Amino acid sequence: MTRWIKLTHVDNVPPREGRVVRLGTTQIAVFNTEQGFMAVENRCPHGGGPLADGIVGGTTVTCPLHNWRVCLKSGEVTKGCADGAPPVRTFAVEVRNGIVMLGVNAAEAAA
Amino acid sequence: MRKLVVVGNGMAGVACVDQILKYRHGFDITIFGEETHVNYNRIMLSSVLAGEKSFDDIVLNDIDWYQRNKIRTRLGVRIKQIAVNRRVVADTDGGEVEFDNLILATGSRAFIPPIPGVDKKNVFVFRTLDDTRALLARAVPGLRAVVIGGGLLGLEAARGLQVQGCNVTVVHLPGTLMERQLDATGGLYLRKRIEDLGVKVLLGCRTESILGNGHVEGLRFNSGENIDAELVVIATGIQPNVELAREAGLMVNRGIIVDDYMETSEPGIYAVGECTEHRGQVFGLVAPLYEQGQVLAATITGNRGPEFTGSVPATRLKIMGVDVFSAGSVHEAEPGVESLKFEDPAQGVYRKVVLKDGRVHGVVLVGDVSDDQRYVHWIKSGEDVCGMRRQLLFPPPAADGGLDVAQMPDSETVCGCMGVTKGAIINAIHEHGLTTLAQLKERTRASTGCGSCAGTCSRLLKAVAPDFEEDKIKTICACVPYSQDQLRGIIRSQKLKSAQDVLDIYGNGRGCEVCKPAISYLLDVVWCGDHVEDRSARFINDRVHANIQKDGTFSVVPRMRGGITSPAELRRIADVAEKYGVPLVKVTGSQRIDLLGVKKEDLPRIWADLDMPSGQAYTKGVRMVKTCVGSTFCRFGTQDAISTGVELERRLENLFTPHKVKMAVVGCPRNCAEATVKDIGLVGQDGSWQVVVGGAAGKGVRKADLLITVETTEEALEAAEVFFQYYREHANYLERTYDFVERFGIEKVRKDTVYAPPDAKRALIDRLRKSKDKSYDAWLERNNPRPAQFIQIEPLEVAK
Repeated sequence: MTRWIKLTHVDNVPPREGRVVRLGTTQIAVFNTEQGFMAVENRCPHGGGPLADGIVGGTTVTCPLHNWRVCLKSGEVTKGCADGAPPVRTFAVEVRNGIVMLGVNAAEAAA
Repeated sequence: MRKLVVVGNGMAGVACVDQILKYRHGFDITIFGEETHVNYNRIMLSSVLAGEKSFDDIVLNDIDWYQRNKIRTRLGVRIKQIAVNRRVVADTDGGEVEFDNLILATGSRAFIPPIPGVDKKNVFVFRTLDDTRALLARAVPGLRAVVIGGGLLGLEAARGLQVQGCNVTVVHLPGTLMERQLDATGGLYLRKRIEDLGVKVLLGCRTESILGNGHVEGLRFNSGENIDAELVVIATGIQPNVELAREAGLMVNRGIIVDDYMETSEPGIYAVGECTEHRGQVFGLVAPLYEQGQVLAATITGNRGPEFTGSVPATRLKIMGVDVFSAGSVHEAEPGVESLKFEDPAQGVYRKVVLKDGRVHGVVLVGDVSDDQRYVHWIKSGEDVCGMRRQLLFPPPAADGGLDVAQMPDSETVCGCMGVTKGAIINAIHEHGLTTLAQLKERTRASTGCGSCAGTCSRLLKAVAPDFEEDKIKTICACVPYSQDQLRGIIRSQKLKSAQDVLDIYGNGRGCEVCKPAISYLLDVVWCGDHVEDRSARFINDRVHANIQKDGTFSVVPRMRGGITSPAELRRIADVAEKYGVPLVKVTGSQRIDLLGVKKEDLPRIWADLDMPSGQAYTKGVRMVKTCVGSTFCRFGTQDAISTGVELERRLENLFTPHKVKMAVVGCPRNCAEATVKDIGLVGQDGSWQVVVGGAAGKGVRKADLLITVETTEEALEAAEVFFQYYREHANYLERTYDFVERFGIEKVRKDTVYAPPDAKRALIDRLRKSKDKSYDAWLERNNPRPAQFIQIEPLEVAK
């Protein structure tokens, strides 16, 4: 079952930028894209770079460390890796009443 | 010699004369032009209004052409009468000129609808160069301008005025923009694009009167509504100039009636261009008029053929970033007509191909017009395209990058304006050994009209000419298909102030990590810092003013001008290092101190505690000026390196540059601070300074080139400033000075900087000062940080 957690005001994530929200031990990179808010784990599968600090183009973010590109919808790495990197974990995000909400699996949240 | 008189010095008349010159004609030619200008490209006036081109850029035949071809030219003279029986024309001053043959190329004028108040001041038409100049003189930023007419010309005028800074509204009577060339859906897509540019569009509005006391103040519509206007352009169509012909007794309907050989009803008198009517059709577009000129040139030199048989109407809107093409018959009202359509609202692309009996009857392209000539070819050839229905909306995949020139038949028209086919271009290349686009233009006239076929012409040259050297246009990336030089021009002429505007109008709307920082830099330098700063288009270093490290922490380098510090500063640096647990404190190669491993959230507090300015060690900007001790303490010092270096750093700090700029000032040729391998170096000697540029001691080592030797310190500083600004304005983003100086050549750099004319030098300094006035120490943003820029956000509720 999905629970929705209030993360932050939409104003804290300016258009075409990312911000880090700390959820327990997990850092979540929340992005304000042209197609709405999206969230992935704030860790590039390459060198652990902070994806939230990357430049956003459409619905893709580029890791600031070595320019790996990650699709924010699917979590797939779209550029940079030679032989297929594991996708980045994605999270469901919605905006309700000006608040960015994060959808977490109840079991995961408990863990 | 037989006397040929041409009435009209416009595109059609002069192009016809140009064709006549290709025959052994035996004419003594006189051209009368009512405008005072040589023949220019009227279709490009919109580019002049939009600031993309100057008048010189659109001249088609300069005065030298007239003289070389022994053409008598009478400019600023209006012919008021043709005495057909006496074979003379008379001008308004009573002067008479005899003719054996007469060509009427009187063109057309703006049609002015009978609206009360059209005679008020600041009501303009947009037809001639003088009209354009009058508009440019009047169009000031903030002016409320209204264009009556949402056709091709009206929209181009509107965009031009808007680029000049006016608040522009287009008022159009029909419910669709360009309704003669587009269907309702195409009109909607166009409207969206036009509105995205910032031009307001009012459809279905009939202007009842133009209001104002002497000069225009507004418009009243028949709905009873009013709008304010300080400038009005009437662009409601054109009407052929036929009065002269009518009074001379020639057969005239809407235009001067001509047959397939361009003969009028009077033997020996011909007509060409927009003033003609052929088989009931009048023409307002350039392609058929050039075709008429070719036919008439043949006729008048004694040939019978080729014949003019009419043409396919084809229109292309010339507004940068708004691609619209229409050809043939685009409305589906006729029986037996069907259409294929494609729509992509997100990209603003609309395509419609109208078919009749299995043949292409018309086409509408909005948003992507790269393969327009395919359709013109199909419409002209009338070939059965039933077997290709699936390829009709898009070029086959092989031709993805545009039209594949190898697949084009020789008969296909490449230049629609000048009517030049692929076959003609290939023949010209072989026959005359052409290797450049400029030569091809000169020889065939291809690509001298609207210029949209330049790419295809280049591809043909590349494919056919063995020695062809392509003008290498290096685009920034696939998101924005322009070179940085082109982008600079676009940003300036189109008055674009934000990165997202550039991407939306001239790119794919999204951008990436390659183009966004480059565009951000170009905006900053073009507008001298007076642009709309968009931090989302900047690399993380330029959002948090620190250098990101491999573990996601940051490094902090405070500015120590000239490598000079003080016990107090060193104490604060030590305190900060202890208080924030900075893992590594390092003396850098640039005579500064680097605090490494700093957490992002600590940055603003560290800056406050340091109370020193940003050293810009994280950005493409002014790094440092390294100095030696110089005459202050050194036994060998001949110049005061320290205070000169500190002053140089003060003058340039906080500015952004294409790539990092490292500088050094040394007090004697022993060069202890390595000035000769810096981007800019000042080398002191007894009684003078050498200013050197373009040095490197990185991946490669390059000894800097001597820019100039000067006597005073102030002259040396100014030379450095002039070079610095020149580099900022001309180098590509991410191009270091050593690549830039090699690319341009030090001779050119010298000529354009230290040896430039005084006003050019002054202008460089003025723009540098303007940028400097707008610049500030980035670390002061600690007082007013952007939302959640430095912190990790704590969720509003805790996950349970």
